Amino acid sequence: MHDMTALTALGGASAQVDTFDGLEISECPDWALASLAGRLGQEAGSAKAAQAYLGKPLPDVGTCTAATPFYVFWTGPDQWMIEAPHDSHEDLAAQVKAAVLDTSSVTEQTDGWVRFDLAGPRCHDVLELLCNADTRSMAAHTTTRTRMEHLGCFLICRAVGHFSVLGPRSSAGSLHHALITAARSAI
Amino acid sequence: MIQVNRLDGGQINTGRTLDFTFDGKRYQGYPGDTLASALLANGVRLMGRSFKYHRPRGVLTSGSEEPNALVELRSGARQEPNTRATTAELFDGLEANSQNRWPLLKFDAMAINDRFSNFLTAGFYYKTFMWPAAFWEKLYEPIIRKAAGLGSLSLQEDPDQYDKGFLHCDLLIVGAGPSGLAAALTAGRAGARVILADEDFAFGGRLNAETFAIGDDSGPDWVATTLAELQSLTNVRCMTRTTVIGAFDHGIQGAVERVSDHLPTPAPDKPRQILWRIYARRTLLCAGAIERPIAFENNDRPGIMLAGAMRAYVNRWAATPAQKVAIFTNNDDGHRTAVDLMSKGVTVAAVIDTRTDAPRVADCELLSGAQVVDTSGRLGLSFVKLRLADGSERTIECGALGVSGGWNPNVHLTCHQRGRPVWNEAIAAFVPGGDLPTGQSVAGAARGEFSTHAALRTGSKEAAAALRDIGIKARAIALPKAEDAPVNLQPFWYVGEGKGRAWLDQQNDVTVKDVKLAHQENFRSVEHLKRYTTLGMATDQGKTSNMGGLAIMAELAGKSIPEVGTTIFRPPYTPVAMGAFGGRSRGKHFHPVRETPSHKWAVEQGAVFVEVGNWLRAQWFPRPGETTWRESVDREVRAVRGSVGVCDVSTLGKIDVQGTDAADFLNKVYSNGFAKLAIGRTRYGLMLREDGIAMDDGTTARLAEDHFVMTTTTANAVNVYRHMEFVRQCLWPDLDVQLISTTEAWAQYAVAGPSARKLLQKIVDPEFDMSNEGFPFMACGEITVCGGLRARLFRISFSGELAYEIAVPTRYGDALIRRIMQAGEEFGVVPYGTEALGVMRIEKGHAAGNELNGTTTALNLGMGRMVSKKKDSIGSTLSEREGLNTDDALALVGVLPRNKTQKVTAGGHLMSLGTPVDAAHDQGYVTSAAYSPILNSSIGIGFLRSGGNRMGETLRLVSPLTDSDIEVEVVSAHFVDPEGDRLRA
Repeated sequence: MHDMTALTALGGASAQVDTFDGLEISECPDWALASLAGRLGQEAGSAKAAQAYLGKPLPDVGTCTAATPFYVFWTGPDQWMIEAPHDSHEDLAAQVKAAVLDTSSVTEQTDGWVRFDLAGPRCHDVLELLCNADTRSMAAHTTTRTRMEHLGCFLICRAVGHFSVLGPRSSAGSLHHALITAARSAI
Repeated sequence: MIQVNRLDGGQINTGRTLDFTFDGKRYQGYPGDTLASALLANGVRLMGRSFKYHRPRGVLTSGSEEPNALVELRSGARQEPNTRATTAELFDGLEANSQNRWPLLKFDAMAINDRFSNFLTAGFYYKTFMWPAAFWEKLYEPIIRKAAGLGSLSLQEDPDQYDKGFLHCDLLIVGAGPSGLAAALTAGRAGARVILADEDFAFGGRLNAETFAIGDDSGPDWVATTLAELQSLTNVRCMTRTTVIGAFDHGIQGAVERVSDHLPTPAPDKPRQILWRIYARRTLLCAGAIERPIAFENNDRPGIMLAGAMRAYVNRWAATPAQKVAIFTNNDDGHRTAVDLMSKGVTVAAVIDTRTDAPRVADCELLSGAQVVDTSGRLGLSFVKLRLADGSERTIECGALGVSGGWNPNVHLTCHQRGRPVWNEAIAAFVPGGDLPTGQSVAGAARGEFSTHAALRTGSKEAAAALRDIGIKARAIALPKAEDAPVNLQPFWYVGEGKGRAWLDQQNDVTVKDVKLAHQENFRSVEHLKRYTTLGMATDQGKTSNMGGLAIMAELAGKSIPEVGTTIFRPPYTPVAMGAFGGRSRGKHFHPVRETPSHKWAVEQGAVFVEVGNWLRAQWFPRPGETTWRESVDREVRAVRGSVGVCDVSTLGKIDVQGTDAADFLNKVYSNGFAKLAIGRTRYGLMLREDGIAMDDGTTARLAEDHFVMTTTTANAVNVYRHMEFVRQCLWPDLDVQLISTTEAWAQYAVAGPSARKLLQKIVDPEFDMSNEGFPFMACGEITVCGGLRARLFRISFSGELAYEIAVPTRYGDALIRRIMQAGEEFGVVPYGTEALGVMRIEKGHAAGNELNGTTTALNLGMGRMVSKKKDSIGSTLSEREGLNTDDALALVGVLPRNKTQKVTAGGHLMSLGTPVDAAHDQGYVTSAAYSPILNSSIGIGFLRSGGNRMGETLRLVSPLTDSDIEVEVVSAHFVDPEGDRLRA
């Protein structure tokens, strides 16, 4: 077991949480991510192998699937991102690859992203200052690609009033600043 | 303090008094007032000076179309010029000042211009400042610039913040007058997502300005009841102080919400304004209509205003511009003003109606078939001179004159996608044409349905129709009984009598005579008329003046008004603060920042950072006692070449390439071959553009048969990724390749120098063979470090030293740099920044961004043989173009100053000795230069014609920009270890 200490994307030893009236914005570092892309001509095999591993079918266009301990969201044609608790799945990409073998390409994405969760009834008021996604009409377990603070992000509606924003990790500070500024402005 | 012209009633809160100043003088008003209404209530008619002639001016309107009453609001950094007094909400402590006058509003020395008006007619600039040409830049332009404009800027940074945002709805209703409110009720009750936006701070539109009943309620009471219902509906968003400024593509509308303009300063963290982009499935324009004036001699005196505005001031704001007024109209609506004013106790001296059959509506003198031919009063109206129907003259004393020439539907937003309005003879006005922006329909006065009943009816009907289009069932509301008078108007644009000036565009001082002059000088196209006279320019964009100008041009040209046509209506509908367009992207938040995994540690070390794209990279790490950057950089270079250094190279783009055809794919995007690259090996690759010019370079490692990791330059990472996606999706979609960026996922450090291996052996877990044989130059592999942490190791070198790049998941990047520094202490490890990196790559002759500058080929870079002829790759064919392969093509060389104390300057051009220094004799140029602490000399690399054959030649390096001209010797670009022994050690 290695003895290296991890930092969160915001540079802290623990996750940053900011609380507002009707909204909590929290940094979520405890999740591993792996991308999954079905290989040309092997899409069906990829989906089948992934289902066997995840226990549920891969989600359709623009949607997500909760398959505890996994959460899977669609990212593009025959492309998904698989999320799992970091503590138990630090080598998530290797695990997924072992399951899908040559049907799919799998890439570790854990630290490619910073995840901020917005939870609370005022989340829409903040998100509408940040991106052009119609969050008020997004159903639970739907996702879209959008832009915040000039940054390409994934936006996931995990439940009514609960969104995740996944943005590029190196710009975590800028994205966090944008979220907090918008929250202070809107709330 | 007495508000001499304040009446009873109105929609103001007289229970609270607001103090404000205008030109330093204190006044009082009430919540609900605008600055204009409060000034009128205080007996102030004079509010500004005109643009060109500095004529005294007062309010003409009661809304955003105001051309005259432009003031500077606030002071200091928040001073805002050209603010319309008619829309500025009064707040306690408001400071307003008149503009474009000196020294005083009442005594403006610049009013001398008015005496020279015969010389300052339309086209004055164009005719006068033609000659001599030399005077233009130094004399004319500075004078004109000084004279131009109305208000002044504070020249201080705007202290307020602006937001941008995005809204979505089924139906956007623009305007909350009777048609907008009826539409909102219809759509709201149907459950549609509705946004109701109005530029005013109170909903109701003209219902607030009129005395009409709606059913059993007064207009304002009906508005209040309706608003209460709308606000109870969660699917309806009511937005006051929100101007829809433009109808853009695909049904997207722009809107500015003035969140804090009605407050002395915005609340902490709150924006002053928000620029909204509204994605509306359907838009219903309920923007009402704007009254138009009639032009007559001296029709610009303070106190002369639109009759509908006068009625609004009296009914909504309980303020009259004078105790005794007159009305001049060509339609029935003007008479309403007389009725309403008289009901409030204001004396109406007469209603002057151009029509001989004018109806008697108000209980005051009616002068049918009469015209106002002149006015008098120095700083405000005192008398109007009339020509009566029988030809006689008469003078009436009055302090204000309400003028009504009819109403123009507010068609602006219907034309923002190049649609043209059409002429409606019945109301003598343009109405929306058939070519509306996507998803837009129009209701109420905006489409020429002027009665209140028609507004309610069309608002409800059009809302239901718009929703039906998108599959939402809605039923028209039960219409309350409302005023339904027909339009009764006889077109009358200007009074022909008199030699004085009759004003059309009061903001730009354009007169009837100016239009006639434009016609006389053949500027007859409506677009030429606008540019020649300035009719319809500036903040109001001619909302009250364009129609008059068109009508006169039509008359002169012998055409109908629709034949003359209108100018193009363009967004924004009303002026928008530049800050609203910028939003939060200003100052240090102009763009997002990218921080490297070692950023926190580098800050602790006192690193000096440089922006590379959005990245903040450590440029060098100063140590105590070092007084110049060169001292730090020289030390870092010596340390790396002497023992070992570490540099954060996480910023380099990393693209994961997988798939059974991954190798074939790389063979196509790289000019050199990758198919045979062994697993566990890395290769340098050169990528060409389609046209054969070098695009990017980097190393690519093969981790498995079907798995590569490509490295790109920092600056080109996004472009390369985009290019590769294009290639994958569009050029070779039949290849099985998957791409994804992993740039951010890995913290990657270059560990370079003779002691690099020894250092890393303390970090890399012992089961991995780090020997030169076990892990040779250009090897790569997936390893573990520090007792089991997943890592990747690449033996590649940019510095020319024995070097590795080691990568761990980004979250451990901070820990790894600290561990490397700790482990390297015994070897004297130093962190080095981009400057030392740059020095060492120049010493080694490695190309970087300066050399891959969008004009250079592989041949120029000395890598011509890397463009493999055994396979097809992007850019390969076009790299063979004759012009790119001449005998004297540019070639990468090194240069050394003949005199070691002299400096090689990047950007300088190479010239043969004894030739003129000009483009015709140019031999090449230096792209990168640095001081080499290893060679103890300034060095440079660059491109030289036939460079490979000119080793040892002496040239001049000339840089006029830096005023340097030195002699240099042409040498190999590889200054250090040209054989590459060190990096293979």
